[in-house]
Amino acid sequence: MDYATLLQILDSTIRLGIPLLLACLAGLYSERAGIFDIGLEGKMLMAAMSSATVAALTGSVWIGLAAGIAGSMLFALVHGLASITFRGNQLIAGVALNFVASGITVLIAQSIFGQGGRTAPLAGDARFLPIDLPFAEALQGVPVLGPLYYEVISGHSALVYVAILLVPITWFVLYRTRYGLRLRAVGENPASVDTAGVSVVRLRYSAVMITGVLCGLAGAYLACGLQAGFGREMTAGRGYIALAALIFAKWRPWQALGATMLFGFFQALALRPDVVEAVAQVKVPVPALDALPYILTVVVLAGLVGKAIPPRAGGEPYVKER
Amino acid sequence: MADTVAAIELKGISKSFGPVQANRDINILVPKGTIHGIIGENGAGKSTLMSILYGFYKADAGDIFINGKLTPIPDSQSAIRAGIGMVFQHFKLVQNFTVLENVILGVEDGPLLKSSMSKARKVLADLSREYELDVNPDALIEDLSVGHQQRVEILKALYRQAEILILDEPTGVLTPDEADHLFRILKGLRDQGKTIILITHKLREIMETTDNVSVMRRGTMVGNVKTSETSPEQLAELMVGRKVLLQIDKQPATPGEVMLKIENLRVRDIAGVERLKGISLEIRKGEILGIAGVAGNGQSELLGALGGIQNATGSVTYKGAALPLSGKGADGRTRRDIGIGHIPEDRQVLGLIMDFAAWEDMAFGYHYLPKYQKNAFTMDNEAIKADTAAKMATYDVRPPIATLAAKSFSGGNQQKIVVAREIEADPDVLLIGQPTRGVDIGAIEFIHKEIIAMRDAGKAILLVSVELDEILSLSDRIAVMFDGQIMGFKDPKTTNERELGLLMAGVSGEAGK
Repeated sequence: MDYATLLQILDSTIRLGIPLLLACLAGLYSERAGIFDIGLEGKMLMAAMSSATVAALTGSVWIGLAAGIAGSMLFALVHGLASITFRGNQLIAGVALNFVASGITVLIAQSIFGQGGRTAPLAGDARFLPIDLPFAEALQGVPVLGPLYYEVISGHSALVYVAILLVPITWFVLYRTRYGLRLRAVGENPASVDTAGVSVVRLRYSAVMITGVLCGLAGAYLACGLQAGFGREMTAGRGYIALAALIFAKWRPWQALGATMLFGFFQALALRPDVVEAVAQVKVPVPALDALPYILTVVVLAGLVGKAIPPRAGGEPYVKER
Repeated sequence: MADTVAAIELKGISKSFGPVQANRDINILVPKGTIHGIIGENGAGKSTLMSILYGFYKADAGDIFINGKLTPIPDSQSAIRAGIGMVFQHFKLVQNFTVLENVILGVEDGPLLKSSMSKARKVLADLSREYELDVNPDALIEDLSVGHQQRVEILKALYRQAEILILDEPTGVLTPDEADHLFRILKGLRDQGKTIILITHKLREIMETTDNVSVMRRGTMVGNVKTSETSPEQLAELMVGRKVLLQIDKQPATPGEVMLKIENLRVRDIAGVERLKGISLEIRKGEILGIAGVAGNGQSELLGALGGIQNATGSVTYKGAALPLSGKGADGRTRRDIGIGHIPEDRQVLGLIMDFAAWEDMAFGYHYLPKYQKNAFTMDNEAIKADTAAKMATYDVRPPIATLAAKSFSGGNQQKIVVAREIEADPDVLLIGQPTRGVDIGAIEFIHKEIIAMRDAGKAILLVSVELDEILSLSDRIAVMFDGQIMGFKDPKTTNERELGLLMAGVSGEAGK
């Protein structure tokens, strides 16, 4: 494998890893607050559809992004109602939302565009355009690092850089702010927050809504950045892979970056079976590469790479005990 | 010390949960700078009343006055503002947070943590010095002992500048030494002018620590007295509403042959940690061997291994034959078949199926016995119900309704169902775990009498309890467990709480066998 091929693969790693990263951080806020969210997939799908639809209709990707976030937050609100206000089963609520998203996105897209459940293809300002970082062009000549900067690091859309910035921001919020302290506490022992005079319900809703915003970014990036429009089931299980990455990262932000980029790398490899074959000297079936994130997650869950302990109050609605 | 201002005055507090009236027209007056005890049986409404005072529940009626001023407390935030701090029976701490993080949670100074943390660190250092409340501010809660975790709860309240401190059953999880330390801290706080409310069901703590005491029974306040002018007997009578025997009337034991001989018994938990590190003991016919110890020092594993619900290694001889400790024959049913009965520690998890009716629970575990079968395929439910009705009458289970779900009975009556089932099966060896945990005084008296009666009928009894009073009054011999080992054997007639307490804390007077 030559250097150019490696750069290509790393470039797709970032492109494919970013939606995973956004979804993974989304899940991190919710789950750290004690609300398990298997509905990341549905929220991303909803965001992808609404952003692509509005971007196609208005011609502006930014209005599309706002619509995507709104669509995802609507689903997050329903998840919050079901699991916080009505104390329902969080997993069932999430699965139900995934089913609803899978149907309703195609229904809306079909009724607006009549193109078999797809939105109209996006072009120009209706898509996220790549941003060239400063001196990318000029530094191209520098050996090794120049092409790396030009090919891999520069030339992505704004959301990519936002997503990566969100990693240190999330770390800071989680470990250095009052909000983060309360968020972690409510996911570990909501009674401790309640007796400290802080509203468990409000805190958990805020976390779930942040999840909505981040899933909105992820979905909009998929439909208006990675691809040029919405298509049926276009999230293709990314919500579940993001959950797997969240477990792999043990619910920590920097590790989430590592896990999603690793999983993005696997996805990039799956797109280039020829390269894999050349390097490994054997024919590796593509489905085996697709399965790698899940296999790794099972390995982590089995406790082979340290223990993955989820937030202790996760999955349980908070009821004041008598 | 005797200030005329009332730190707390409650007037006409009432609260009901659905049909259950937990508090009915409660009036109470707590003078500033005193330790005020609130005593009552389980379910008497003590915790509910204090939760109302802390804003955890809203009262249906009534007024709260703090320092003479009417102060509505709709939520915990208002309670904290009014200077009330609460140490709950089950600590409200975040296990994987540091002490410091737990202390500032909810009272951070600003959106960023840094300044709150350094301020809290200073305040904590001062408080520790002032009140013997030493604890490492950077330690994780999960690494602290229960006694230290409790100190963190007290520090939390003091950090919030609480002038009134409520402690709900604070000594249930402490060794006698830790409890003494706690009471020293409380007296120190009182002498600094703080007001302390101590909720407990232990008469001894009330007598030793409090200035005044209020007694609750079935949701009402039945007495307010000065501690110096009352006696344990009078308090017990107020609590239960009738005379209660606090001392158990029992004859000396007449131990017979060895029924159960345990040698080098070892148990590992799922994580591979050794929980029982080579226990050796004997239990004879007609004696009660009491196992004392702080919860979590291997007592549960001992019961589990003997009861056939946990794998173990080592050797156990029962009636002269080896008892299988894992694999075939090491299960609860086989144990019961050969005459080893088990009243498990946690009645709600191991003792009963909470959603089953009392008659179903009364047969469960023995449901396969021929007397409960109609024919080869159907059980004789009528026979079970008749049997249950008879047992409920004998054991005074209230209400005596066989079709009521187990979860609808009070803790004491649930326990009576388990006790009735296991004792009436007439085992030769009876393993008993925490027979009176969460059980009210009246029922305790009854269960204790039944246990003595079993002994006098020549049964061998292993009694595990974290209540030292219970161990001391029931046992004919006492073994103290610490960290999966037996620290020593003691004679209840010659030992005392102090000596047992040291052994329970792992301080060995002699080489532990």
